[in-house]
Amino acid sequence: MSVLVFAELSGGKLKKPAFEAASYASDFAQSQNLPLYALVAGHNVEEGEIKRIGEYGVEKVLYFNHPKLEAFVEPVFAGVLKAAAEQAGARYAVMPQSYNGRAVAPRFSVLWNAALISGVTELARVENGKAVVRRSAYSGKGVETVLSHGERTVFTVKANAYGLKPNPKSVSIESLDFSPAEKDFDALVSKRIEKASDKISLTEADVVVSAGRGMKGPENWGIIEELAETLGAATACSKPVADVHWRPHHEHVGQTGIQIAPNVYIAIGISGAIQHLAGVSASKTIIVINKDAEAPFFKAADYGIVGDAFEVVPELLKAVKAAKN
Amino acid sequence: MNSLICISSVPDTTTKITFDASGKELNKAGVQFVINPYDEFALVRALEFKEKLNTGKVVVISVGEADVDQVLRKALAIGADEAVRIDAAPRDARFVAEQIAAYAEDKNFDLIMGGKESIDFNGSEVMGMVAALLGLPFVSFATRLEINGRIAEIRREIDGGAEVLEGSLPLVLGAQKGMAEWRIPNMRGIMAARTKPLTVVKPVEAKNYTESIKFDLPPAKAGCKYIDPKNVQEVVKVLQEKGVI
Repeated sequence: MSVLVFAELSGGKLKKPAFEAASYASDFAQSQNLPLYALVAGHNVEEGEIKRIGEYGVEKVLYFNHPKLEAFVEPVFAGVLKAAAEQAGARYAVMPQSYNGRAVAPRFSVLWNAALISGVTELARVENGKAVVRRSAYSGKGVETVLSHGERTVFTVKANAYGLKPNPKSVSIESLDFSPAEKDFDALVSKRIEKASDKISLTEADVVVSAGRGMKGPENWGIIEELAETLGAATACSKPVADVHWRPHHEHVGQTGIQIAPNVYIAIGISGAIQHLAGVSASKTIIVINKDAEAPFFKAADYGIVGDAFEVVPELLKAVKAAKN
Repeated sequence: MNSLICISSVPDTTTKITFDASGKELNKAGVQFVINPYDEFALVRALEFKEKLNTGKVVVISVGEADVDQVLRKALAIGADEAVRIDAAPRDARFVAEQIAAYAEDKNFDLIMGGKESIDFNGSEVMGMVAALLGLPFVSFATRLEINGRIAEIRREIDGGAEVLEGSLPLVLGAQKGMAEWRIPNMRGIMAARTKPLTVVKPVEAKNYTESIKFDLPPAKAGCKYIDPKNVQEVVKVLQEKGVI
């Protein structure tokens, strides 16, 4: 019996989702006294890159090398995950709740005949041989406790919910013996990647600077972007702002947008409607800047500034820059 | 082209979520249930294809007890041709997927679509499981779908960007914003919905994979500490404490 973690690659590199999943899986494996394996699947991934997963408690890597795995092909990855779980003799699998993690987990769980519990926020316990774990539900408005009845269980870990737990180990690499079916590659063909920006991904970002209608117009976002850049933060926006196309839809955080859980969330000129709060309330620290003292967001905030964004934000930017120097 | 659209009945996005004393159930009093917003994008896109091609039908399916009939009627009012309700309280995503797959198995749908997730359980599980159970390709987080003959071009969101994929029907998709605009049913649609078929189907046997034990509210914030707008240095101090700068 063992635990398998999916060390997802992004552009051939291990990134935060892989490290967070490994942190979770390593703590879980240790609590259950089980060996831990990580799956790395890609094409000609450098040994040094693979071994970086050892920084987060992984000692054994199953490496699957295939020329067609530079792109993410969901059914192929589901098959590779199942093969890895079998080779590792796994009982539990841990995956990041990233776009790809969420896309592949359902098929993997069906192929592996496993229970799937997605969006877990805390370490799972095992009671009478069954895994019990808490997960986010109702778009952040609730927390659900779920019991697994499966002989095997797959967890996807909500981004930023568990955090990174450095625990350096030396890594040994074993290759995964598996031949994916050609038809699994052919079902859907990737034609192009439309944009792959170098900007910080919103779900992974440690700090998010978000703004709403209080900014009065898209032309005023320069200062928001500058503050975000200075803080190494991702930018986000409220739904009304995305609806009128002041900002792109993929920046929309909230119940029907992206749900995030950064370390620090700075909300500027956002009133804090219940749908918005649902998407951001898992943030560890919330700082609200709004000129309306009655804005509901202050009730959900850790720190609040009642003031005009057009005065406060430039001052804040200046102070942050001064502190950084 | 025939489409099957999977619909979940969820509390309206403005709902203040509370649970009963046991934590087992959502307090449903005063809560308005709606079509899961992401499922509605899928429904409208399927209707657009039907209208453009002037052929085929759009069937909506939901797994639930009689209380979900109202959202199925709403889907009929928006324009779906038929509704199917699998008569069972949904136990978990796998249970729902098993029901949908069992219904769809022998019906040759060209397109099976739902939302990328439901706004109550946020699992992103059902559509991918349906695809797996039926042995069909699956694309989640789909923001655009074009169909030419039997070839579908799909745009999906990925980490840090978007990807355009091509594949042949039949396909299973999870839709999100961008796929279509929501529609408000008109009076004619609402009248027509009353006479469209809503078939109730018995559930198939399915294994229990997971069990919901209880719900809690997320921990409340300790309260807001106000900082004077003239004293942004305080904010800098907070950011330093949190290791941001």
